[in-house]
Amino acid sequence: MTDSSSWDWSIGKRQIADITQWKETFGYVEEPYVSPDGEKIAAIIKTEDMEFSVCENGNAWENAFDKVWFLRYSPDNRLTGIVSDTAEWTLAVEGEAWENKYDFAWNTIFGRDGKSMLLMTQADGEYSVLINDVPWEETFPYMTNLAGNADATRAAAVAQTIRFSEGDIFAFQKGCYTVAVDGKVWDTNFVNVYEPVFSADSAHVAAQVRTSLYDYTIVVDGEPWPAVWPWVWKAAFSPADGSVTAPVKTPEGWTLARDGHVFWGQRFAQLWHHVYSPNGMSIAAIVAPKYGHWTVAIDGNAWKKTFNDLVTDLVLSPSGRRAACAGKENDRYTIAVDGTPWPFHCDMAWEPVFSPDEQHVAAKIEKDGQFTVAVDGKPMKAQFKNLWNPVFSPDGEKIMIRAIEGSGDKETYVRQVLPLTEILG
Amino acid sequence: MGEPASKIEVKNIKDIGLDEGAARLTPERIEKVINEVIDNETGARLKVYVDTCVHCGLCSEACHYYLSNDKNPVYAPAGKVKQTLWEIVEKKGKVSPDFIRRAAELCYTECNLCRRCAMYCPFGIDVAYMMLTMRRICHKLGVIPQYIQDTAQSHSATMNQMWVKEDEWIDTLFWQEEEAAEEIENLRIPLEKEGAEVMYSVIGPEPKFRAQLIYQAAVIMDVAGVDWTMPATPGWDNSDMAMYTGDNEMMGRLKKEHFETAMRLKVKKIVMGECGHAFRSVYDMGNRAVGWKMPPVQMVHALEFYYDLFKAGKIKVKEKYDKPVTLHDPCNVIRGRGLHEMARYVVNKVCETFIEMTPNREHNYCCCAGGGVINCGPPFRDKRVYSNRVKADQLAATKKKGVEVCIAPCHNCHGGLEDIIHHYKLGMELKFLGDIIYEVMEKPE
Ligand code: SF4
Ligand code: SF4
Ligand code: SF4
Repeated sequence: MTDSSSWDWSIGKRQIADITQWKETFGYVEEPYVSPDGEKIAAIIKTEDMEFSVCENGNAWENAFDKVWFLRYSPDNRLTGIVSDTAEWTLAVEGEAWENKYDFAWNTIFGRDGKSMLLMTQADGEYSVLINDVPWEETFPYMTNLAGNADATRAAAVAQTIRFSEGDIFAFQKGCYTVAVDGKVWDTNFVNVYEPVFSADSAHVAAQVRTSLYDYTIVVDGEPWPAVWPWVWKAAFSPADGSVTAPVKTPEGWTLARDGHVFWGQRFAQLWHHVYSPNGMSIAAIVAPKYGHWTVAIDGNAWKKTFNDLVTDLVLSPSGRRAACAGKENDRYTIAVDGTPWPFHCDMAWEPVFSPDEQHVAAKIEKDGQFTVAVDGKPMKAQFKNLWNPVFSPDGEKIMIRAIEGSGDKETYVRQVLPLTEILG
Repeated sequence: MGEPASKIEVKNIKDIGLDEGAARLTPERIEKVINEVIDNETGARLKVYVDTCVHCGLCSEACHYYLSNDKNPVYAPAGKVKQTLWEIVEKKGKVSPDFIRRAAELCYTECNLCRRCAMYCPFGIDVAYMMLTMRRICHKLGVIPQYIQDTAQSHSATMNQMWVKEDEWIDTLFWQEEEAAEEIENLRIPLEKEGAEVMYSVIGPEPKFRAQLIYQAAVIMDVAGVDWTMPATPGWDNSDMAMYTGDNEMMGRLKKEHFETAMRLKVKKIVMGECGHAFRSVYDMGNRAVGWKMPPVQMVHALEFYYDLFKAGKIKVKEKYDKPVTLHDPCNVIRGRGLHEMARYVVNKVCETFIEMTPNREHNYCCCAGGGVINCGPPFRDKRVYSNRVKADQLAATKKKGVEVCIAPCHNCHGGLEDIIHHYKLGMELKFLGDIIYEVMEKPE
C-alpha cells in the first residue's frame, strides 16, 4: 500500500492538463495514464522526427526513442515506460533509460510501495529478469508467468530447464519446466508449471504443476503435495500461518485444499481466484455453486445471489469482514457487496474499492459510453468522457475522482476531491 | 479425377505418438480408463446414442470420407462408432492395445467432427460427440498422434498453439504495426489498452506464419474506427488443439486464460479472426468446460464482425473484387453458429461475381482438415486428401462455372483446401475474406 496521507485532499477540482492541446502540439497522442495521486497524466507521443516520446502534464520527455510502450505509473507516482533504441530494450523511469539493455523487455511489475520494479528480459534467446536495473545472473531457454513478491524485490517465474526439439512429445512429458526464484531453480522438473506466487513474508513460493499429462498438484518451495488431482488452480499463502491453499477438483466437485488435504466441506461446479483477508482469518473465492451460476463464497459459504454470465474483480475489505465483486448477468454488469447487488446495471463495472474504514464501496462504471463513479450503489450525477478508479482519502470521508472532461473534441484532465456526502446525499 | 480406393492406406499409418503410446498400454489400464471415462464423464447421452442407432445408414451419404472412399463402410459414420465406442461399451472396456491403436487412428484422423452426419440421422445422433469421447479415452491412455499432441503441449506450456514465446508475440505485433503504419500514417495496434471496446484475438499460426493477417485486421480496424486492443500477455490465442486431443482440463485452462485476459482489459467483446475450430472452443466446448454456459465476454467471429461493419457503413468498397469467387462454408461457424447469410452479405458486398458451390450453407462438405485432422500432420496428409474427393468435385464444378477464387474463412479449411486444390490440380486461388476486404476497401490516401 502506498501512503496517500501526503496527497492533496483539500476539497475542490483542479484542471491538470488540456489533452486537446497535446493533440494539437504533437499530432500523435496515445491513450493517457494517470498517476495514483492524480497529480499527473501522461501519454505516449511522436516527436517531429517521428520518434516516440512521452508527454506528461503537457511537457515532453527530453529523450525520444525508437519505440515506447507499456506506459505505467508506479504506486509512488513515478512514470515508467518500456523503451527501445536501435533494437535494444529496457525500462525508462521518469524518462531515463536503465543501463541494462536487451533484445526485448516486457511485463513491468511494481512493488506495492512502488520503490522497486522488475521486468522480464530476453537477449540472444536467453530469458531472465531485471530488478531495479540489476539482472539475475542466471538465464533460461524460456521463461513465463513472471511474479514478484509484495515489494517486488524478489522474483519468481516458470523456467524451462531442459531443451527439447519441437515434436519431441516424450521428452516434454518427462518434465522440462520448473520455477526459478531469484534465478535459482527448484530441483524437480515438471510437465507444466503455472503461476508461482510468493508468501506474504516473501520467504516461500508455491505454484501449480502438472506432474504427468493427467495429474496436477501444488508445489511449495520445490516440494509437491503428496496428493494429486485432475485439475487445480492458483495457490495462495495464508498471511496468518503460512499454510498454502488451492482450488482442486474432486470427484464431487471443486473445493479448497490446504497443505495437500481437502479443507472446505462444500463442493462447487467451479471455484477459483480465492483471496485471503490481510489478517488471514477469512478466505473469499469466486464460485459456481451450480453450472452457469456464479457468485462469491466466504469461507465456503456461497452468497444466495448468483450471476449467469460471470463474476470477476473479487475484493475483500481490509479486515476481511466484507467482500465485493463485479458481476454480469444477461450481458449487463453491476457491483455486488456482501451478497447484495447494486440497484442498477451498466455496460461495464471496474474493480470495487473499499474505504479504509470499510463503511463504503466505490466503483467506476460505464453506461452508454459515459463514465461515472458510484458509491454504495449510488451513481454520481456528473458523467465523464473517461475515468480512473476512484480513491478514498485515508479517513474515508472524501473521494478523489480522476477524470477526462469535455464535450465534442475537447478533452481536459481534472482531479477532483469530493466529500462522500456529496455523492451519498 | 480422384484416386482409386486401393491407394488409400486405412490402417496403421506409422506415427510415434500412436505406436509408442499403444506399446505402453496394458489391458488392465485400458479397462480402468475406459470405465472411468464412461462412468464419470459421459452420462446418459452416450448410452442413448449407442442404444438408439438402428443402423439405417442414412448418415453414410453425409460423410465425405465415406463418399470419397467409394462408399467403404469403414468410413461410414455409424461404422466409425461400431469400430470404436460400440465395441468398447459392449466389451465393457476389455479391448486390446491394438484395438486402441486403431480406434485412436480412426477417431483422430478419420473424422473431422464436422457434424454433417448428425443432420441426416433421423434421431439426430451426434457421431462427432462419440468420436470426441473416443478421443478423451485415447488422451487418457496416452495414444495420440504426435503432431497434434505436440500442439496440445505447446498450448499447455505457452498458452498458444505454436510455441510462440511471450516476447515473440509482442514483437510480431510491433512489426506488423510498423509495416501497416507505412501504409496508413500513425496506424496503431493498441496493446493492453484497458477499456477498449474490442479485444482482437487470433490463433497461434497467425503470428508464426500468417502475420499479414494481423496487418490486414489492423488496417480494417483502423479504417472502420474501431476502439480496439490486443493483449501483450498469454491469452491472446483463441485456438485450442487440447479440445481435439481430448485434454479437456487443458481446454478449460486455455479458455480461462483467454476470457480472463478480455475481462482484465475490460473490453465489451472479443472479435476473433477467421477460424472455425477456435470458435467452437470459445463458443461451445471450452467455455462450458469451466462452467461458463455462454462465453462470459461476447464473442464475435470475423464473419459477423465484417457484416456489422458493412451494415453500419464503416467500410466502403473502392472497387469490387473482379475475379469470380465461391465460398466454402466452415462447419464450425455455419452448422455451429449459423453465420452463412452474413458471410454471403459480405461476399456480395466485396465481390463482383459470387457463385455458390453445391451443396452449400449448413449442407456444405467439410474441408477434411477440421477436427484436428490436419494438425495430426504429414503422416495423415494423403489419407485426408484422398478422403475428400467430393470436395474436389464440388470445387471443380464451380470452376466449370468460371470460379477462380475460393474464399475460406477458416484457417484449417485453408490448409485442407490448399492440399486438395494442389493434389487434384484444380488451379484455384484460396483467400480469406479479410484478404479481399483489405484489397478492395477504401483507405486513406
Ligand atoms: S467426418 Fe463429419 S460427417 Fe463424417 S463421421 Fe465425422 S462428423 Fe460425421
Ligand atoms: S443415421 Fe442415425 S440411426 Fe441411422 S445409422 Fe446413422 S447414426 Fe445410426
Ligand atoms: S476446418 Fe473449417 S471446414 Fe473444416 S472442420 Fe473446421 S470449420 Fe469445418
